Amino acid sequence: MAENEITLMKGNEAIAHAAIRCGCDGYFGYPITPQSEVLETLAEQKPWETTGMVVVQAESEVSSINMVYGGACTGKRVMTSSSSPGVSLMQEGISYLAGAELPALVVNVQRGGPGLGTIQPSQADYFQTVKGGGHGDYRLITLAPASVQEMADFVDLAFELAFRYRNPAMILSDGAIGQMMEKVVLPPFKPRRTEEQIAKECPWATIGRKGGRKPNIITSLELRSEEMEINNLRIQAKYREIEKKEIRFEEYKTDDAEYLIVAFGSAARIAKKVIAIAREQGIKVGLLRPITLWPFPSAKIAELGQRMKGILTLEINAGQMVEDVRLAVECKVPVQYFGRLGGIIPEPEEVVEVLKKMVK
Amino acid sequence: MTHEIIISGFGGQGVLSMGKILAYSGLMEGKEVTWMPAYGPEQRGGTANVTVIVSDEPVSSPILSSYDVAIVLNQPSLDKFEPKVKKGGILIYDGNGINMPPKRKDINVYRIDAMDTAAKLNMIKVFNMMILGGLMKVRPVVTIESVLKALRKTLPERHHHLIPMNEEAIRKGMEIIVKEN
Amino acid sequence: MTREEIIREENLVYKKPELLNDVPMHYCPGCSHGVVHKLISEVIAEMGLQEKSIGISPVGCAVFAYKYIDIDWQEAAHGRAPALATAVKRLLPDRLVFTYQGDGDLACIGTGETIHALNRGENITIIFINNAIYGMTGGQMAPTTLLGMKTVTCPYGRDPKLHGYPLKMTEIAATLEGTCYVTRQSVQNVASILKAKRAIRKAFEYSMQGKGSNLVEIVSTCNTNWKMTPEKANQWMEENMFPYYQLGDLKDNGNK
Repeated sequence: MAENEITLMKGNEAIAHAAIRCGCDGYFGYPITPQSEVLETLAEQKPWETTGMVVVQAESEVSSINMVYGGACTGKRVMTSSSSPGVSLMQEGISYLAGAELPALVVNVQRGGPGLGTIQPSQADYFQTVKGGGHGDYRLITLAPASVQEMADFVDLAFELAFRYRNPAMILSDGAIGQMMEKVVLPPFKPRRTEEQIAKECPWATIGRKGGRKPNIITSLELRSEEMEINNLRIQAKYREIEKKEIRFEEYKTDDAEYLIVAFGSAARIAKKVIAIAREQGIKVGLLRPITLWPFPSAKIAELGQRMKGILTLEINAGQMVEDVRLAVECKVPVQYFGRLGGIIPEPEEVVEVLKKMVK
Repeated sequence: MTHEIIISGFGGQGVLSMGKILAYSGLMEGKEVTWMPAYGPEQRGGTANVTVIVSDEPVSSPILSSYDVAIVLNQPSLDKFEPKVKKGGILIYDGNGINMPPKRKDINVYRIDAMDTAAKLNMIKVFNMMILGGLMKVRPVVTIESVLKALRKTLPERHHHLIPMNEEAIRKGMEIIVKEN
Repeated sequence: MTREEIIREENLVYKKPELLNDVPMHYCPGCSHGVVHKLISEVIAEMGLQEKSIGISPVGCAVFAYKYIDIDWQEAAHGRAPALATAVKRLLPDRLVFTYQGDGDLACIGTGETIHALNRGENITIIFINNAIYGMTGGQMAPTTLLGMKTVTCPYGRDPKLHGYPLKMTEIAATLEGTCYVTRQSVQNVASILKAKRAIRKAFEYSMQGKGSNLVEIVSTCNTNWKMTPEKANQWMEENMFPYYQLGDLKDNGNK
């Protein structure tokens, strides 16, 4: 494919192509619907023959995330992808990555739960992702793509953020974006970093103590409570810095809006259709789309909330982000939630009806 | 201009690939497109449908509750999507296996007996392209040149000799589609 | 003779391996771990791989292995060391990558990771310390606990009706196409220590030569949780462990 060529592909395929192009060193994954095309595309592309990227089909998601952990320890750009039940299995490894302060990318193409649930799209892993699905005090830098283009663009961005802060990053997508085909311009090729570059940029990496340097040891273990508290405080200070610097969002038709929809990912796409229909009917409504779910754009929502008559969160879950929106506006504005469950994606018309009731 | 289209039928009828070619053809014309399948374990004989949106504007929701065009290739699909065609919109159905034909008067109903024709002409493989031809006749979402370009782009080189047969099927489809109301 | 006269190079018969850090170990006196650490340190130094080695430590008594051997280390989650090792070796194929795991880590919670890494033929070495008990958590039943053996979670002895049978992971590993060298050793006396060292060296060499995966089981003691003196523990191991976990090479495809 030529540089800057516009092409048509699924969100899952875009993730795979973007990974190869952004200098990813290793992918470790296990098949699960609706994200299997990531591994399938990589297997078909054979990047180990071109960029040298390693691709391994692991025996489980537990193993995948621990391969990612091992790979991340070497300072390489490593990633995995899965869907909700598989990501539940990965929570142990994600906590270890956060605890050992390792950069890595996890992609969750969400499906509906709980349990085996459904293979249809869902956003019900919001809590799991942004509140910490694994044990301990940690955060995941979380990007929520709303298009196939963003699936492609966020791979490199997620790696950049992960390495900048030595913290795992998550792309929280869903079955709709993963399975949908849209036009996309893939990012330009970027070479994989050399071992010398890695040794320089990641002096902590466990790649063998070349030149007789002191050994690097990567662990999340510290049995002395005083030391462990210091480790925790250091990580928390890093999180505060991320909250200050890395909030990303999209504002859409908020200038004259009297009502605000807050929605992320595929729900934000539906919200734009809702806004088009509602505005035809005279309801002035806009959208705030958090692109980073953690750090969450609380200040922006609070600021917009001051001039809104009401806020509606549109989510493909039972109402999760609504809690963070309510916290952001400190209950000074009425905040309502609407969503569908079980893998059903809300239809624009039914959301418009909800808006109409809010206006009354 | 925006075309919101649902294509629905049995798995194995080429519903998803027809949608893909339609979307790709839109892309060839510089349009905004989305292709959103109802995915799952549907195999040959199960139901499959795909929503294709071709537009001059960025596409908002890839999932819709009403459509400008519904292309239905079996009875369950007809029953499901006839009510979801927008007033004044288009319903295209293949007569094969339909015993309860469409009833709505506020939409334009077209019948295309592509299944029978394809069987007669030994063109079953490109049955879906015949349907696409029918669509292009009654709603020129994309041009035939764009479709051929899309085929050249998406088909592996070793299948390029099949492109003339695809073109023939499209033209046949344009011929055999008839308005019913 | 004065002290100075004694500590001459030509009189040297034994010294601490250069890669073994000069820090007090947390292992109990009489534990087998220290001996195996020493052997690994010696082999890495003898092979000149100090700058090319990456060890993966487990969860269990050897969790702190990284404090004792002077190379780069990664500390894995319980049972997952072979998954880490897989990625490291694939990403850095010219390095020596080995895991160091106990019986609970390798043969219980990490059975899946162990079998699949071995079966894929990853060019790694797994050092497997089998002392038939969970040491760090205080003497609970392990997958390798012998029938009739008492632990705090089978205080009346391991009963196959309640607990199933002791697992022979090394025998299983030998049946896998991906493994190159599978052996069972011990370190209770000088002769066995020398043999175990040769086995570790062979496994590391095969790993570096890309011949497949290698498993070195060391049948070990846990005198603390077995509630015996070190000497008695060694004797008990020889009498009870060796008949069930028979020593020797189970597979050596290195020269095929």
